[in-house]
Amino acid sequence: MNKSTISDSAAGKKPADGVGMSAHKVHVRRLIGAVGMLPVLIILCFAFNFATQGTFFTGQNIAIVSQQAAINTVLAAGMTFVILTGGIDLSVGSMLATSAMTAMLCSLNPTFGALALPVGLLAGVVLGLLNGVLIAYLRLPPFIVTLGSLTAMRGFARLLGDDGTVLNPNLSFAWIGNANVLGVPVLAIIAIGVILVSWLILRRTVLGIWIYALGGNPAAARLSGIKVSLILLFVYCVSGLLAGLGGMMSAARLYAANGLQIGQGYELDAIAAVILGGTSFVGGVGSIWGTLVGALIIAVLTNGLVILGVSDIWQFIIKGLVIIAAVALDRFRRSGERT
Amino acid sequence: MPSDIGIPLLEMRNVSKTFVGTKALDNVELAAWGGEVLALMGENGAGKSTLMKILSGAYEADSGSEILIDGQPVTIGGPQEAKKHGISIIYQELSLAPNLTVAENIYLGREVSARGVANRKAMYAGCQDVLERLDVPFTARTIVGTLSIAEQQLVEIGRALHAKSRILVLDEPTTALSSRESERLFTLIRQLRSEGIAIIYISHRMEEVYDLSDRVSVLRDGRYVGTIERADLSAQVIVKMMVGRDLSTFYMKAHDSGGNRGPVVFEVKDMTDGEKVNPCSFQLHRGEVLGIAGLVGSGRTELARLIYGADEKAGGKVFLNGQEVNIRQPSDALKHGLAYLTEDRKALGLFLDMSCAENINMGVIAPDARHGGFLNLTKGKKRANSAFEQLRIRAASPLVNVGSLSGGNQQKVLLSRWLQIGPKVLILDEPTRGVDIGAKSEIYRLIDDLARQGIGVVVISSELAEIIGVCDRALVMRAGHIVGEVGGPNKEAITQENIMALAAGADVTLDAA
Repeated sequence: MNKSTISDSAAGKKPADGVGMSAHKVHVRRLIGAVGMLPVLIILCFAFNFATQGTFFTGQNIAIVSQQAAINTVLAAGMTFVILTGGIDLSVGSMLATSAMTAMLCSLNPTFGALALPVGLLAGVVLGLLNGVLIAYLRLPPFIVTLGSLTAMRGFARLLGDDGTVLNPNLSFAWIGNANVLGVPVLAIIAIGVILVSWLILRRTVLGIWIYALGGNPAAARLSGIKVSLILLFVYCVSGLLAGLGGMMSAARLYAANGLQIGQGYELDAIAAVILGGTSFVGGVGSIWGTLVGALIIAVLTNGLVILGVSDIWQFIIKGLVIIAAVALDRFRRSGERT
Repeated sequence: MPSDIGIPLLEMRNVSKTFVGTKALDNVELAAWGGEVLALMGENGAGKSTLMKILSGAYEADSGSEILIDGQPVTIGGPQEAKKHGISIIYQELSLAPNLTVAENIYLGREVSARGVANRKAMYAGCQDVLERLDVPFTARTIVGTLSIAEQQLVEIGRALHAKSRILVLDEPTTALSSRESERLFTLIRQLRSEGIAIIYISHRMEEVYDLSDRVSVLRDGRYVGTIERADLSAQVIVKMMVGRDLSTFYMKAHDSGGNRGPVVFEVKDMTDGEKVNPCSFQLHRGEVLGIAGLVGSGRTELARLIYGADEKAGGKVFLNGQEVNIRQPSDALKHGLAYLTEDRKALGLFLDMSCAENINMGVIAPDARHGGFLNLTKGKKRANSAFEQLRIRAASPLVNVGSLSGGNQQKVLLSRWLQIGPKVLILDEPTRGVDIGAKSEIYRLIDDLARQGIGVVVISSELAEIIGVCDRALVMRAGHIVGEVGGPNKEAITQENIMALAAGADVTLDAA
């Protein structure tokens, strides 16, 4: 009975998916779980296209949406790593600000100006490492640690720029925010690249399996010989690195950074994207593709409401309600297919 | 015999339940009279839990299913309605709020209040009756979290009695109890039976079923097999009904036990945590199955965890093939080929949201990995497939979530995780807890096989029959000490009496035996 399902017909060709009949079913199910919110995204797109009489689906607007989604996608990818372990990183907006300020200051330095980009990314990693050390080795709760660093790093970002704006019209890495490759904004290409690399790590490496395992059952992970502290350190560093990357993207777009304003409140959109994407808040379950869909939903929503001329205040209210409704819908749908 | 007279208190007829694609229950029937203990038996996955979840209102049965109470058809749409009909179910995992008092737990959801303010005094007074009936060693004001598992179970039973339940379902209530606590529970069950309550008792333990039940109903593969009266009860009959085949060789000892044992492969010296485990030392020979017996709480699991590096030790050394190995965390132990199968597979062993294949490969993905830490999916699949075949794991495919498997199959998945690392020494903590009888015998066969391959196996178990049936030699622990050894050369024979005498201590030997 089992044999027919085990001995697979397509062995060798595609090791990941080449499996027997019922295994195929399992795969389809997993796929459905992963795309979860995709229908919502598609419906939103068509609804806005209808409401804006076709303005939504113009090439120009799609480019705008992808740019708007890009930075949040990058932050949300890092957040996915963290939330998959059952943690949270509230400090991404502040890490973004600090790395952006660092990079801007570095770019103004005549000798090291060209190194602004790697320096900015490095700043992100260092900040993430700080969070990680406190969480992994001092065993402090992630919420508390990153709540603290949210505040402290924001202050530090302001300190770096003397509480002002740092401007550089000749920014060495300005191409990140403004160039296009074959008509596709570099910002969007970066975001897609980050998603692909994240997928590769999460689904195709030992580290990825360990991240899921740790989030799913921390006690069992330790007893299985997984070095829990190292993994925690890794995910907070990833979050820091991607926040740094987000900082480079923001600063490049503006040719400037202001310690107070840049990245303000970005952590909330990043968390919302991850949750919309179906990743479990307690860890262990979720997918990076879901996060991409979540980030796109948020961007589409913002863009559509702007085109429709909805006031800033109402945008907030509608966005919040849609996030809650979408997640509620998802819960409802899932409880149906289980048991 | 109560079952001969009148209409049953509870009757379930033609109960079916279909989950997406699979039929979990197929026209099952069940009848229980007041004043009897009905044992419900069946392998894991036979449908017992599903049936009970329908009774409790957690699941909705397919149309055509009938539930009658006192001969009247009823519908049970949810837990509240089940309660209204006098049905209470006490699950393996207790559902108490540990931070509240006994009285508050008993009244949970039905608090006595005046204008929204809880009236604690009335609640304390109101549950005195029930607590006296149960003859409990605690008061209504005790915080539940400070009670033992056995005492918490009493609180749950108290809650059921207080809600005037007439049908009480106990789902494997003795899994976490010591034998003395179990005995106390049985006395209480008999008392409740004499008070006219219908008790449905789910258990895998044959002795308990003998001890307690008036009738036994058996399910197999979601179907009702039949019911036997007490007079016709025998192990053979029940086992045959449950598995549909004979289990002629339940315990296996094909490996060379006793006499010609190999060299010492594994030695523990003065292992202690300075608290619950007093310095313990023992040796394990190549190809030997060594048991560790003792009552629950005697320090068996704690000792195993210390050896494995799961908890911090205050002292002690571990030698593998004569070489001292430094084990500070589980990954060190695994590196040296020492694995530990936890007693609590769901909480401490499995990743329930992950696939069987991922669970099986968890210990070897790092050494198997390709350059750069990329997963070797081909190898992983091969391992999972052969594990499925070798241990006869019953699941649609290695890609299904391990959480959807029955207890026995989950245990096999966890076992095969440790077999993948190519262990030299395996410590198995309660390897057959909550496992059905078919899987049990397969696990025994596997242990025998491992010993034959020259792997040193340590089996920790609360079931004396298991220790005697599987092990060549057994250490007995009491209060954190290894107090004796049975079965080895120049030692007393490995028998139930000899183990119990050591486990319980000389002064209470008579009491326990």
